[in-house]
Amino acid sequence: MKFTVQVNEGPYQHQASDSAYLFAKAALEKGHEIYRIFFYHDGVNNGTRLTKPPQDDRNIVNRWSELAEQHNLDLVICVAAAQRRGIADADEAKRNGKDADNIAPGFRISGLGQLIEGGIQSDRLVVFGD
Amino acid sequence: MMGGEVKKFLYMNRKAPYGTVYALESLEVVLIGAAFEQDVTLVFLDDGVYQLIKGQDNSDSEMKNFSPTYRALEMYDVEKLYVGKEALEMRGLTEEDLLVDVEVKTADEIRDLMEEMDVVLSF
Repeated sequence: MKFTVQVNEGPYQHQASDSAYLFAKAALEKGHEIYRIFFYHDGVNNGTRLTKPPQDDRNIVNRWSELAEQHNLDLVICVAAAQRRGIADADEAKRNGKDADNIAPGFRISGLGQLIEGGIQSDRLVVFGD
Repeated sequence: MMGGEVKKFLYMNRKAPYGTVYALESLEVVLIGAAFEQDVTLVFLDDGVYQLIKGQDNSDSEMKNFSPTYRALEMYDVEKLYVGKEALEMRGLTEEDLLVDVEVKTADEIRDLMEEMDVVLSF
């Protein structure tokens, strides 16, 4: 089956992104396809490479990047939600006159249309959040 | 825009308009999604019914009052708006308190509606 996954909550504060990650990993292990993972609301904070969790805790951001690399996943951060919350790639930082970017490897920034298109192209859209 | 496939999209709105950003950002998805010419339905349940309350004045909060946008949905061909009967009653509200025309549905009817959908986004 082909899935698009939507992640609506940030890392550590809320279990939604852990659950989304574990779901995606399990689905891939079972041979399913993940068409896209779309990060919305505070979920965009899953894509900052500046997090530094304690050593004895999971590294949620790195875990996404590694999964994306292993399975060539499309991790998309909503641009409107990202601008509100200060998540930027080099292009976004330049366009908005910011002095730095912070996007983690394997993520890209794009529009809400990518979420709708994921819903159209996939057999199931699975939402993780409150 | 996409050509071809039309799916039934349901946006399930369950949270109050202010206090968290979910309602505002849900509306942003609906507006962007409208360009994809899909079959769109909105449902308002639980505290989500407060999103449609007439006469919202949140000017003291310094947040944006986005409630007029619900009246503009018609222009985006988003015309199927359903509100949970039980959610209204529990809050002492009626259709008359709402700023757009809606159809009131029972929890059972909303369950049946969800069954018919291809994509359900909940906010």
